[in-house]
Amino acid sequence: MSEALVAIEKLNVSYPGATVSAHVLDSVDITIGHGEAVGLVGESGSGKSTVAFALLGLLADDADVSAGRAAFDGRENVFATKEAEALRGTEIAMVFQDPMSALNPLFTIGTQLIDIQRRRFPNERRSQLWARAERVLAEVGMPDAPRRMRAYPHEFSGGMRQRVVIAMALLVEPKLLIADEPTTALDATVEAQVVEALRRLRRRTRSSMLVVSHSMGLIAELCDSVVVMYAGTVVESGPVKAVLRKPLHPYTRALLACEIDPYADFDPEQELATIPGIVPDPARRPSGCIFAARCTESHARCSEPPPHRQVEAGHRFSCWQDASR
Amino acid sequence: MTALALSLKNAIIRYGRMTAVDGLSLELRPGETLGLVGESGCGKTSVARAIAGLQPLSSGELAIGGEALGGSPAARRRDLQRKVQLLFQDPASSLSPRLTVGALMAEPLKIRRTYSAESWARIAALAESIGLGKQLLPRYPHQLSGGQARRVALVRAIAAEPSIIVADEPTAGLDISVQGELLNLLRSLRDRLQLSYLFISHNLNVVGRVTDRVAIMYLGQIVESGSTRQLFSTPAHPYTRALLSSNLTVDTQRRGDRIVLKGELPSPHEPPTGCRFHGRCPVARAVCATTQPRLETLSDGRAVACHFPSETGFVQAMTG
Repeated sequence: MSEALVAIEKLNVSYPGATVSAHVLDSVDITIGHGEAVGLVGESGSGKSTVAFALLGLLADDADVSAGRAAFDGRENVFATKEAEALRGTEIAMVFQDPMSALNPLFTIGTQLIDIQRRRFPNERRSQLWARAERVLAEVGMPDAPRRMRAYPHEFSGGMRQRVVIAMALLVEPKLLIADEPTTALDATVEAQVVEALRRLRRRTRSSMLVVSHSMGLIAELCDSVVVMYAGTVVESGPVKAVLRKPLHPYTRALLACEIDPYADFDPEQELATIPGIVPDPARRPSGCIFAARCTESHARCSEPPPHRQVEAGHRFSCWQDASR
Repeated sequence: MTALALSLKNAIIRYGRMTAVDGLSLELRPGETLGLVGESGCGKTSVARAIAGLQPLSSGELAIGGEALGGSPAARRRDLQRKVQLLFQDPASSLSPRLTVGALMAEPLKIRRTYSAESWARIAALAESIGLGKQLLPRYPHQLSGGQARRVALVRAIAAEPSIIVADEPTAGLDISVQGELLNLLRSLRDRLQLSYLFISHNLNVVGRVTDRVAIMYLGQIVESGSTRQLFSTPAHPYTRALLSSNLTVDTQRRGDRIVLKGELPSPHEPPTGCRFHGRCPVARAVCATTQPRLETLSDGRAVACHFPSETGFVQAMTG
């Protein structure tokens, strides 16, 4: 069996506080295969962006990070160290949520698309870098790419800026592309264009992808597998199709019930689903199941940590209930 | 026949030489939720501001409760305009950080000089009924959760005793687990207080679920309007079809084949000739570049502005 590109086991991240420390990630396991697209889904405060930042070595200096295993492309213990910094911008690239703040307003897109390649291809000439930038910009669906290379960020619409940022990430030919809410700021038809651009590139390149999003729809569209996080814990993970067809953790089921499908037959008088209650304070995590306080199916046993269960091929969840229900 | 809650006829809104809204008409019936959908820059926020009285119409007519504002004396116009309240997109920034929740909720009463022990008791009871208990009254906006701040903004809007609420992206930025709670609340308040909503959103899943009728805007004009269910099941305008097909739902089988539009929204400074959508339209023909289609009512009651509207929605092949 070939080794996965990213293998993270038991990743813990906490921030020291005045009295107690806040535990924002608790024993998170993430595996990303070569060429695989993994979605990381959860609400605000679930820790999904912290996972992305940990992979990039961008956590705050006072973060207390530990992991049972943190391997990238066969090398052990690379994350959360100085080595992670060397990976950033060469083997791992990131597409942020807000494309405007990722671009420098003072330089043309062309200059920025060249500068981003310097670290990866230090010995190439400017003309070579320029030609490659132009080609990749056209590939992500930028009309009239040669001319737009000479334009400044403010001359682009939001969707076009996001395409520039995706082009920047792809120019470094990363082994892993991390996209944090890549389409949140975009209108529906522009979102469709960006999703299409990302899909086309996935088919063509062998890059692995980690898509961080609160939108199950986006993950269903782009990813092979999904990791569902709640309050810093992975509650369920598995192939997208299996998790959507048969969600096993009560939180996944509750989250999917909140998704609105305007094409389904619905009674307009019927109330929309919600998940009452709030995410637990990371400084005061319950000792048992993290979701128990909001779970409609909880019982006495849930005050103890739930077991990790595995059903068919890679579909895992952590709950006292077994999968047969 | 009861009067319309609100009507806008041939509204034109110009900013300098740019026409943001061009000959738009819409009707809001009492007790209904009308969705207004369109992408950034299509003019939907200009429409919302005009209806709320924050933006004068360059031409056209606004009537509230069947009474035209144009011909009314200033005092009457102000009274009519108060029947429309705007629910802002970002509730936290619409609440003064220096006022407590209690003071924020009393403010609309004081502005209207209707503050009394009874009117305050009514507002406090309303607030309590939607989960803003007495213990929250001395708090400041920064001490509230996103959901609570939205509910304070809602109480403030309702304290002015409106008949119409214009909600501009009310669920933007909310987690999906609490979005349903706010939408349920909006609906129960509408039914309890006999309100009508103009619901502006780019979230098509939400619009498809909570609105009764929907109007689709493109570059300052309405391209299609009708009952929400009809429009979602058989969109007639090619732009509506593209918009609905690009909506991401968990069930990727449910929507039709995705229609990915080419290019960008043209600039409203230089709108295209003929049909404004023709340059990006997958079914455009020669006539579309020269003649602007009129918004015509079809046999099934919906209105479409297209020379070649589809009658079968997704089923008809668009690109073949």
